[in-house]
Amino acid sequence: MNWDSWIPLLVVASSLLPGLIIFSLPEDKIRLRTTLNLAGALVKLVLVIWMLWGVYNGRHFETRLPLLPDLELVLRAGPLSLFFVSLSTLLWLVTTIYAIGYLEGSPHRSRFFGFFSLCVTATVGVALSGNLITFLIFYELLTLSTYPLLVHRGTEEARHAGKTYLRYTIFGGALLLLGTVWLYSLTGTLEFTPRGFLNGIDAQHYPALVMIFILLIGGLGVKAALFPLHGWLPKAMVAPAPVSALLHAVAVVKAGAFGIVRVVYDVFGVEFAAGLGVTTPLAWLAAFTIIYGSLRAIYQDDLKRRLAFSTISQVSYITLGVAIAGPIAAIGGVVHLVHQGLMKITLFFCAGNLAETLGIHKVSEMNGVGRRMPWTMAAFTVGAFGMIGAPPVAGFISKWYLGLGALDVGQGWVLVILAGSSLLNAIYFLPILHAAWFKEQQGPWPDEHHFDHKETAWALLLPPVITALMALAAGLLASLPFSPLEWAKLISIREFYQP
Amino acid sequence: MDVLLTSSAFAITLILLPLTAGMLCFLWPAIARILGIVTTAAGVFAVAGLGWQLQLNGTFHHPIGGWGAPLGIDLYADGLSLLMLGMTALVALAVSIYSSGYFTSRDDEIRFWPIWLLLLGALNALFLAADIFNLYVTLELMGLGAVALAALSGGKQAIAGAMRYLLATLLGSMCYLLGVALLYHSFGSVDIATLAVRIDSSPAVWAALGLIIAGLALKTALFPLHFWLPPAHASAPAPVSALLSALVVKASFYILLRLWLSIFSPQGVGDGVNTLLGLLGGIAVIWGSVQALRQTRLKLLIAYSTVAQIGYLFLAFPLAAASGGLAWNAVAYLALSHALAKAAMFLSAGNLLRYGGHDRIADLDRVAQRLPLTAGAFALAGVSIMGLPPSGGFIGKWLLLKAALDQGNWAIIVVLLLGGLLAAAYIFKVLGNIFTQASHPHEPSMVPARMEWAALLLASGAILLSFMASPIFELINIGDVFITTGVKS
Amino acid sequence: MTTAILYALTGIGLFSLALYSLIVQAHLLRKILAINIMGSGVFLVLIALAKRSDEIPDPVPHAMVITGIVVAVSATALALSMMLKLNTETHHAELPDDQQG
Repeated sequence: MNWDSWIPLLVVASSLLPGLIIFSLPEDKIRLRTTLNLAGALVKLVLVIWMLWGVYNGRHFETRLPLLPDLELVLRAGPLSLFFVSLSTLLWLVTTIYAIGYLEGSPHRSRFFGFFSLCVTATVGVALSGNLITFLIFYELLTLSTYPLLVHRGTEEARHAGKTYLRYTIFGGALLLLGTVWLYSLTGTLEFTPRGFLNGIDAQHYPALVMIFILLIGGLGVKAALFPLHGWLPKAMVAPAPVSALLHAVAVVKAGAFGIVRVVYDVFGVEFAAGLGVTTPLAWLAAFTIIYGSLRAIYQDDLKRRLAFSTISQVSYITLGVAIAGPIAAIGGVVHLVHQGLMKITLFFCAGNLAETLGIHKVSEMNGVGRRMPWTMAAFTVGAFGMIGAPPVAGFISKWYLGLGALDVGQGWVLVILAGSSLLNAIYFLPILHAAWFKEQQGPWPDEHHFDHKETAWALLLPPVITALMALAAGLLASLPFSPLEWAKLISIREFYQP
Repeated sequence: MDVLLTSSAFAITLILLPLTAGMLCFLWPAIARILGIVTTAAGVFAVAGLGWQLQLNGTFHHPIGGWGAPLGIDLYADGLSLLMLGMTALVALAVSIYSSGYFTSRDDEIRFWPIWLLLLGALNALFLAADIFNLYVTLELMGLGAVALAALSGGKQAIAGAMRYLLATLLGSMCYLLGVALLYHSFGSVDIATLAVRIDSSPAVWAALGLIIAGLALKTALFPLHFWLPPAHASAPAPVSALLSALVVKASFYILLRLWLSIFSPQGVGDGVNTLLGLLGGIAVIWGSVQALRQTRLKLLIAYSTVAQIGYLFLAFPLAAASGGLAWNAVAYLALSHALAKAAMFLSAGNLLRYGGHDRIADLDRVAQRLPLTAGAFALAGVSIMGLPPSGGFIGKWLLLKAALDQGNWAIIVVLLLGGLLAAAYIFKVLGNIFTQASHPHEPSMVPARMEWAALLLASGAILLSFMASPIFELINIGDVFITTGVKS
Repeated sequence: MTTAILYALTGIGLFSLALYSLIVQAHLLRKILAINIMGSGVFLVLIALAKRSDEIPDPVPHAMVITGIVVAVSATALALSMMLKLNTETHHAELPDDQQG
């Protein structure tokens, strides 16, 4: 029995099984639930490290299960898959700790953690998909498992947010389905192949391929919050902070962006796509989204909404990097998958801490909070600098490569976009930092909770600090062999240079 | 072992056991519940045995009493029959378990169990029939049983709905019988295999085709002949609604499909009918979904959802000419998934009704936490109805989409996608309300565990179907009933 | 042969008239009668068409008609009892949305 062919499936199962068990646990079995959660996360981490080491040594991990008579469910550990799955696994562990602390004393935690685990299962499945139909299945599963998390609180507001979320994501799912079946009908295969599998197609099908590209990107663009499909994201902020963190940094938004990378690199092939003429409009759309998101963020007083628009802006860096059809830009875009994830999750953890500990939801309430919650705000500062693109935090590296890559293929206008975006980021982040560190507290905090003499609960404090350190490390230690940057270079080489 | 392999025990059990048990339940109501569950459980085993037989021997043929056609009645089973029998057996078992908890008074029991088991016997006999007149007889048996069950709760709404159902079903049967008469007159046989060989194109055959299709379309509630379905399915008791939507409408569809595949289609008789059926199916999908969206009561929503889902089945007719097996496989999968999912939905609705005393969608009070199993069942069933992965409904939708894209039939593609979006709208309309508190919370009543589990297991079945496509397709295609071009032996 | 065709056409005529009646008449008893007459029409067609030449008529359609009559009797019994029950409940022997108020 070839164990290697079961590992990808086990990675997916490592969160599915605990999730299903957690659904059936009574509310008061806190310790059992926590154990299951953390055990699942650790098992997954171990399996992913095993796969990383195995792939480094030339082993092959692939699970193939029959689905339809002529299509299989394929889970495969390639460089891009491992890149995303490592991020998901690591951040799931951290978010689980955070969620346990955040939801302390809340009702319906079994239901929450059950769907939480399902959500991670879907994300990992998306990451490890080896063909477009497997991707589609897990992508839709992601929609279905994140909806209950969104409406968890059961308020009217949550229900409305859920409705909006569904409208966008189900519609996106329909576009993705149509694009996938059409592609299958034209080519007879859906396997992800480096450089794409469309090279031999007859030129008469090119208009159909352009339509398919639009459909696929449309379907993926909903989750990736590409303008004008981004409308659900700000509304989704009614969810508890761990959910926002998960949605924005780990699961939903990343799945969409990851999908776009997959479609451009492993379905169409970037050269073929450029030849079809679809990459340039995509680049424009991404650029527009970058600016649009940042502009809207400036006018938000609600902290989470400001971060939401910041996400809309930042995720499009990934799309931009992919759409500029050049190897260096590819590095910038792909590595930003990890960098943005680390930075954004830090920011959302901090926002959650401010809300839970002090009742702060708005930027205008944040004066002087740096003194009360120094560690949290320090992590926030790291994340903010990364967003702005200031070295040595990781965000700087992504922007550097994007800029360089744009110049490399003669698309200088991108530099203007990057510079403008950095400026706008500064405009909406620096005032927050200034108010937090340098202004005096104005009156009592809206709703203060005390944690002995600590700043806040350990489970709430540790995660943002850890992720902030990781974001810093990803920037400072970027030239080390296993850094996200080196990985992104590997992926880019595979796409552009290997035969 | 060999004796068992070639015997007709499995097929005969499927028909005789429910009939006998039904009569026993009538005579001896005290054991009705146990007998019902045992019978349906035995049915599952019998179908499994029959499936095993089919896999090893190919199609199954048994002349009852040793007399052959045309005077005797034959039993015939191929892959399609097996699919229908399996679907029936699974839903029957779940509904029986559910009903053992739902019907608690002696009066209810003595009314429900005998009629239900007789209905089950008629269904099994229908799927095993080999000639068109036997199909008529079993169809009538089934119809009368279904009507009686629909009227079970005895209220004004139920009786009126059942009455309308009865008149519609009798009208359909009369049309069908007239068609049978014309076919017999033209070709001297009612045996399907014989007719398949002898058929040709003539005015009598055209008339017969029209009558048979019209009659069966009425019984299958294809738009615009669907008017009787929502009132009947919505005012029947929950387990009966489940049976009606999941099994009874599929029976008349099965006959339509069987006759179409075996007799009419191979000779090219009625190619224009293809397009008409597809068109009506498409309208049914859109119309049914829109109507479902407008409902304020849960059971009516689910009933209109049935009207829409039946439309999907008819979409395959225009596609089948060019893509053959693919479209029919999709239909088979859609029918099977729908049976499991729709039954689960109606059973869940029954739980909600029992729990809260009403089924107003807007007032579903925090069901997600109070009845998590039921909420889960409804959600999983909804996933299949919406055609989202992973579910049997997704597999069927995928295959239909592929067939439509292969032929460039954009009308059907639009219908499929739009239908999915509308289904998502009405399913999530319900699901959105189960998390929130009602404006007037009320005292809840207990729902027995077996009722919740029956619903949940059926719904899980619909999801698990997504992973069993390959083996199921192999089984369905035993007998090559879906290959309609070329010479049939 | 001609007599047979005549009977068959009568059968079809009965079928059509009864179909019209079924749809148009509001009173349930009339609808039930219409169904019965439709049935009789079909049986008439079956029997008439059984005689295909000057030989002995084909017995198979006769068997079918006998079966059909049994079915029709059961169906009529069910329909009548339901109509009575509906009448008890609503004091109208008509389907709810056919009533004139």
